[in-house]
Amino acid sequence: MSEAHPTPPPMEAHRDVWVFLEARNGALRDVSIQLIGEARRIADKRAARLCGVLPGWKVEPLAHEAIQHGVNRVYLVEDPRLETYTSRPYTKVLAALRWKHNPEVILFGATKNGRDLGGRLHAAIDTGLAADCVRFDVTEEGFLDMIRPAFGGKSLAHIHCEKHRPQMASARLNVFLPPPRDPGRAGEIVRETVEITDADMDTKVVGFRPTVTHETKKIDDAKILVSGGFGMADPKNFAMLEELAALMGAAVSASRKPVDSGWVPKALQVGQTGKTVRPELYVAVGISGAVQHLAGMQESAKIVAINIDPKAPIFEVADYGIVGDLFQIVPEMIRQLRAFRGQREAPPPLPAAVPQG
Amino acid sequence: MTSAEGKRGLRIVVCIKQVPKAQELSVDPVTKTLKRVGVPSEINPPDQNALELALRLREKHGGEIVVLSMGPTSFDESLERAIAMGADRAVLVTDRNLGGSDTVPTALTLEHAIEKIGGVDLILCGEETTDASTGHVGPGIAGHMDIPQITYCSEVEILDGKVRGTRMIEDGAETWEAPLPCLVTVDFGCNKPRQPTLTGKIRVKRGGLVVHWSAADIGLEPSQIGLRGSPTIVAKVDTVQLPARGGRIFQEEPVIAVSLLLDALRKDKVIP
Repeated sequence: MSEAHPTPPPMEAHRDVWVFLEARNGALRDVSIQLIGEARRIADKRAARLCGVLPGWKVEPLAHEAIQHGVNRVYLVEDPRLETYTSRPYTKVLAALRWKHNPEVILFGATKNGRDLGGRLHAAIDTGLAADCVRFDVTEEGFLDMIRPAFGGKSLAHIHCEKHRPQMASARLNVFLPPPRDPGRAGEIVRETVEITDADMDTKVVGFRPTVTHETKKIDDAKILVSGGFGMADPKNFAMLEELAALMGAAVSASRKPVDSGWVPKALQVGQTGKTVRPELYVAVGISGAVQHLAGMQESAKIVAINIDPKAPIFEVADYGIVGDLFQIVPEMIRQLRAFRGQREAPPPLPAAVPQG
Repeated sequence: MTSAEGKRGLRIVVCIKQVPKAQELSVDPVTKTLKRVGVPSEINPPDQNALELALRLREKHGGEIVVLSMGPTSFDESLERAIAMGADRAVLVTDRNLGGSDTVPTALTLEHAIEKIGGVDLILCGEETTDASTGHVGPGIAGHMDIPQITYCSEVEILDGKVRGTRMIEDGAETWEAPLPCLVTVDFGCNKPRQPTLTGKIRVKRGGLVVHWSAADIGLEPSQIGLRGSPTIVAKVDTVQLPARGGRIFQEEPVIAVSLLLDALRKDKVIP
């Protein structure tokens, strides 16, 4: 059994909303910044301070960045042993600060490391943890309403943690919009020390093989996504989508089946087990629209569906749809976009007006 | 604490959950609630990958695979399937007081069962379940046991009493190394789970390989488990109403449909 933890103080002694600030390679993870906006709203509703917890090494500039995005106070824990994330030392830091400052709420980004940490921490400090939330609110009684997709996105569950503190949750990536950065905003940096022993360092990171960045970056940042589904029928047909995407200034993504079939890399997958995206335009080609897929793209500003089956669920969330054979429609789109482009980019020179007569 | 690997091989516990087949779930159009009755079950798919990984490790290092689950006796079906796939034996913690457990008592219960099994070198869990999708139980068990954890692994090796796992994280594949005993969660789809074999099915048929333990058998009080032991509650469940987009569907022949679509997108200023 793990070491016995201190007896928690009374419920009302817990104040402040905390966000775990996840540093990776000298930068804050996007989700940490996205969470600051949502946590700020919750803190304001509770008339509480918003605090960030930032373990790491040489990460003080990131504390200032968090403050500029809306955090009131950052607990900064710097130690060379915290430079790279491993489970045990990070759990120790969060647990120690929890017992010292008694936060009412702690929110984590649902990155792999955020879930690794939250899962271990909630057992260590004996409190609840809701996973992958997509919305938060405060109930009339003042409890944190942690709202998450359930049953593959077919319903939304409201999770409450009424009798344990802190109330903890992880938040899905790319669901919340990052709050603006205001360099004029002031806040407080509180340095904390938590002793990390040799025994805490029993797990070592011994290797790293980065994913090719153009694969991952593309779909997160793209304003337009052209996404292929199982209807693409063959990996080589994705070349056609690449061409369409290039003409639209878009990136290519995919639903789960092409990824599971090994046609495209996992980094391109949109949906419940892939990425959540919210581009300005999402073009779903040969995607039927399983709820798991819809969960990852339904917040796109505009959705276009191209599918041969008029009953495909993707049409229910589409702003525009074409019912038809994608192998006719996509080439036609390419043809018309090219024609339009040719017309716009090289307009025929107008003859100089020649006065008549 | 750690058994000497190589002398008797590894004792591996694989934690599994029986879940409704995800693709069979649907929402009742009238009641707007989830239809669960009569939905076929399966071993949570990532747990199948964890079991396959355990079978491969046993082929290499020898030892024993104990499959562990917590739930109603209907879960025997999945435990028997795991034995038919090649596991040596199975333990089901089953107790009406366990009903309504969230991840805290679930992790606590599995931890107590693992302590009772005893001499465990490696604990494998799927990265998450397809019905609850938290991924919190594995790290929770490791936290309770105060042993190292390596989550989201697609490759796992055992070398000199250490486990080396390659984790699939957002920006790449990270390799961690930790001493045994250790808990590893396994990435969904990282291998192809084998089918049950005829010999496996015969072993199941002979019986005696699945044991049932109650909460009291593993030293848990009713107040520590089930709804009473769970910090979280599901206060309510809303059926998702996808925002109605009032979509315009073009059914014309491709040349016309595409032209109408592109005009509409230009009018909306989403493409130039």
